[in-house]
Amino acid sequence: MQQSGTGQGQAPNQPPVADQGGSAAIDVANLVKLYKTTRAVDDISFRIARGSITGLLGGNGAGKTTTIAMIMGLVLPTSGSVSVLGAKIPEQRYDVLGRMNFESPYVDMPMRLTVRQNLTIFGRLYAVKHLRERIDQLAVDLDLKEFLDRSNGKLSAGQKTRVALAKALINEPDLLLLDEPTASLDPDTADWVRQHLETYRKTHNATILLASHNMLEVERLCDRVIIMKRGKIEDDDSPEAIMARYNRDTLEEVFLDVARGRLREDAP
Amino acid sequence: MSEIVSYQPRGISLHRINAMVLRYWYLLMSSWPRLLELIYWPALQIITWGFLQNYISQASGFFAKAGGTLIGAVILWDILFRGQLGFSISFLEEMWARNLGNLMMSPLKPIEFLLSLMIMSLIRLAIGVIPMTLMALFFFGFNFYAIGLPLIAFFCNLIFTSWSVGVFASGLVLRNGLGAESIVWTLMFAVMPLACIYYPVEVLPVWLQYVAWTLPPTYVFEGMRSLLTDHVFRADLMAWALIINAVLFVASFAVFLALLQSAKRNGSLLGGGE
Repeated sequence: MQQSGTGQGQAPNQPPVADQGGSAAIDVANLVKLYKTTRAVDDISFRIARGSITGLLGGNGAGKTTTIAMIMGLVLPTSGSVSVLGAKIPEQRYDVLGRMNFESPYVDMPMRLTVRQNLTIFGRLYAVKHLRERIDQLAVDLDLKEFLDRSNGKLSAGQKTRVALAKALINEPDLLLLDEPTASLDPDTADWVRQHLETYRKTHNATILLASHNMLEVERLCDRVIIMKRGKIEDDDSPEAIMARYNRDTLEEVFLDVARGRLREDAP
Repeated sequence: MSEIVSYQPRGISLHRINAMVLRYWYLLMSSWPRLLELIYWPALQIITWGFLQNYISQASGFFAKAGGTLIGAVILWDILFRGQLGFSISFLEEMWARNLGNLMMSPLKPIEFLLSLMIMSLIRLAIGVIPMTLMALFFFGFNFYAIGLPLIAFFCNLIFTSWSVGVFASGLVLRNGLGAESIVWTLMFAVMPLACIYYPVEVLPVWLQYVAWTLPPTYVFEGMRSLLTDHVFRADLMAWALIINAVLFVASFAVFLALLQSAKRNGSLLGGGE
């Protein structure tokens, strides 16, 4: 099933899950991506409201990473359109790149450079004012102080994730795109990262789109969930509404229903 | 726009170019093997060819007269080859570090990225070639800088060619991933026999001479031989080299941008592996 993100079944006290007006942070319309004969993304449409956290759920090969890459302008769509913060992507992407940032397990920070050097480089690329103070602030916020002058290659997976998050927040982005932000983290660090993301969204009214396999994370963080399967949108609503529709207590159960092709009507 | 971000010009930003140069500088300074590698090969080259020059100068009247043509050619070849490697290796560092996605998602524009790679190629070249020229002076009595003003024309033409080849090779790696890395190391060697580094163009078969004259380095090496053997500076050769270089330079940028677009269509920017 494909929806345009109107948020059917949304609980009354939930924040808006989709932007009906012209000020959506992300506006995706009839997006298609073909790799030779494979339809990685198959005619999807959605709008994401400013200040919301939206989860993109789906199994391997569902099209989540390709969708995010097209939103960033790193992959060109076969057809359809993407607008980010009012700018057409990819044509006007340089108008808004300074207001966006991202984190992905598919990229790394240079290993030989220290954390401080890496943050300095990216801070300069994003033209961050008072960069030294900004890095010090991030070091406090994300608990990087003790390894700020250690090379990135010598950090643990959890420390690297925090550094990647610091890089993603260096320019205080209005839009944050996260691909598996807590993959390979222990539960404590993962929880800590989620807390930080929640706080950042609240304090900066930022929009966050995150792709994840972690259902608990999506349940806890997201106002809205878009479930993808084989490049198509299977469902799109608030976590509570989706769980209610499938008559399930957790998103993980919903995910299994979707992955195994069980229809909502068949759910217990 | 967030309040912590400065106003950014729509065109090319020196600020972002500086940031990238700083990134490569940090890398170079953090790794002594990288620094050593810059000096090691040029030093070996000059020692080997210097002794060869000494030997054949004693045995041949022509080489005795044309003192330094071999050493001069080796140094100029190194400017061409190391200039391209200096450009391409900095690019490869991003592929090896899987950092390209971060850069492509930042406000850094492709042209700024390429300009920073050019600056790094000059810095890496200086670190490798200046000691080489000093070794040529102290061990073999060949003062490379005595070439004088023509050296500027030689250098500019060679460095432009090296950048064009570097831009083209980097585009191929960008499009095809690290599986195409060997192109970076070998592409310039395809130019070597036709650029007539150690012998005059007349040595080639006539039909191959036409091909050789399409390459800017051919003009530079002919110009160097003319200067060192006949003491004549051939400005015409340098002008032709510059014209062909301008065409190559523009073409290499166009090819790079086309390959970047192709990589975006192909979805290879976030991967970059084999």
